[in-house]
Amino acid sequence: MSIETISLSGRKKEVSNKKMTFWESLYLVAIVKGLFITIKHLFTRKVTIKYPEQVRTRSDVYRGQHMLMRDDEGRERCTACGLCALSCPAEAITMKAEERKPEEKHLYREEKYASIYEINMLRCIFCGLCEEACPKEAIYLTKSKVLVPSNYDREEFIFGKDKLVMPLEAAIANGKLKNAN
Amino acid sequence: MDSAIILEKGIFIVIIFAITMLMAMYSTLAERKVAAWLQDRIGPNRAGKGGLLQPLADGLKLFSKEEFLPDTPNKFLFVVGPAISMSVALMTSAVIPWGDKLHLFGRDIILQATDIDVALLYVFGVLSVGVYGIMIGGWASNNKFSLMSAMRAASQMISYEVAMGLAIIALIMMTGTLSLREISAQQSGMNWNIFYQPVGFVIFLICSFAETNRTPFDLAECEAELIGGYHTEYSSMRMGFYLFAEYASMFISSTILAVLYLGAYNYPGMSWAVENWGVNIANVIGIFVLFAKICFFIFFFMWVRWTIPRFRYDQLMRLGWQMLIPLAIANIVVTGIVILLFDN
Repeated sequence: MSIETISLSGRKKEVSNKKMTFWESLYLVAIVKGLFITIKHLFTRKVTIKYPEQVRTRSDVYRGQHMLMRDDEGRERCTACGLCALSCPAEAITMKAEERKPEEKHLYREEKYASIYEINMLRCIFCGLCEEACPKEAIYLTKSKVLVPSNYDREEFIFGKDKLVMPLEAAIANGKLKNAN
Repeated sequence: MDSAIILEKGIFIVIIFAITMLMAMYSTLAERKVAAWLQDRIGPNRAGKGGLLQPLADGLKLFSKEEFLPDTPNKFLFVVGPAISMSVALMTSAVIPWGDKLHLFGRDIILQATDIDVALLYVFGVLSVGVYGIMIGGWASNNKFSLMSAMRAASQMISYEVAMGLAIIALIMMTGTLSLREISAQQSGMNWNIFYQPVGFVIFLICSFAETNRTPFDLAECEAELIGGYHTEYSSMRMGFYLFAEYASMFISSTILAVLYLGAYNYPGMSWAVENWGVNIANVIGIFVLFAKICFFIFFFMWVRWTIPRFRYDQLMRLGWQMLIPLAIANIVVTGIVILLFDN
């Protein structure tokens, strides 16, 4: 078997340069065949997802909007160690640490906490390395289907703690769920 | 001639004009919708319900665009080009018989703006003037791509008009008249010309594609090679006129195809309907039947557009001169022999 005739995919077609007959050169038969192929598509299911109304189902490992977690008692887990910022390949994360005061024990789990925690959404590539680096299980990339909204102002893309920290109610609900189990 | 006739014709012409414009408008939407459906998409669906207001939005957008005039010595011709295209596209509808007749207010209203006895020649004459719109526009643009496009359009139209005319000659030999009204009347019931002239029909259909500059013969405006073809330099509503004229002439070509070959307003059982339901109802159904046929052809134009790629220029010319014209002549000869043998 010569190398020209081998077809690994089984779909190889010989190209020939033979002259077309009169009927072939009228193209009519070929065109009618083509018309049948296209008309079939008129009745197939449309693949479009009407975006704002319908949202595409996402993969189980989808990495969406970040969330700074709270523990079951509603305290922030983050201790501002900076490992997430260090691991971030896009250098999107910045933070400022502060020491917890005695009266803030119900707010922060560790003795040190992040008073400012910002992720620049224009830089973030949603790789999830921050999630892997975190020793306190404080930052997660959620499956949230809400995308970063468009804006004219670059400042708006820097998400602070007001947008990132998990809502208190969700943390309490989580705690109740765990206790119930 | 009494004043009632003038009023009657006037109203009729306004109605035809409105319908042609409306059909052309909604053809633009239909084109986008059909294109989307054939490609497994949905198409424009935001403006109005299911995208029904899209043509209005498009028109509004075109009107609000800047009207750009290139630095050309032929400013007058530049403006005249789209106007010719548009008016020619609208002129043809004057001789189309949209139905047989209606009986209203105690008088018979013939559903045709004017019944001239050389209607078919008129149609051909007007259609071939259509190329001047493109030629003048392309020439006055002072742009080599536009000029090339205009040249292509002209040579394409001339080549395909020959085959088209020959296809029609076979039809005229059969019908023995040039009046579109008589041709439609002859096709009563299922006596449609397509069954007697299938080859002529196919040739005429192919040439219609070339005459309206539709894919696969849209060499005049092939985006890949000539940017936008003859309307490269046009903007705003002048450009809109060119685009609109294409759809209007597509509507007219579909109408002519339906009238000449697909039995015009005739449908099986029309004479029965006239006897039992009266002239008016039977003819109103007839008008809808004609529009159904027209819509089918418009859909066909689009269907073909999204099926086959554009011909190369030499393929276009070879198809026209070496395939269609010999075929059309053979068709004439065969028709002549058949008429000679069986009609006596």
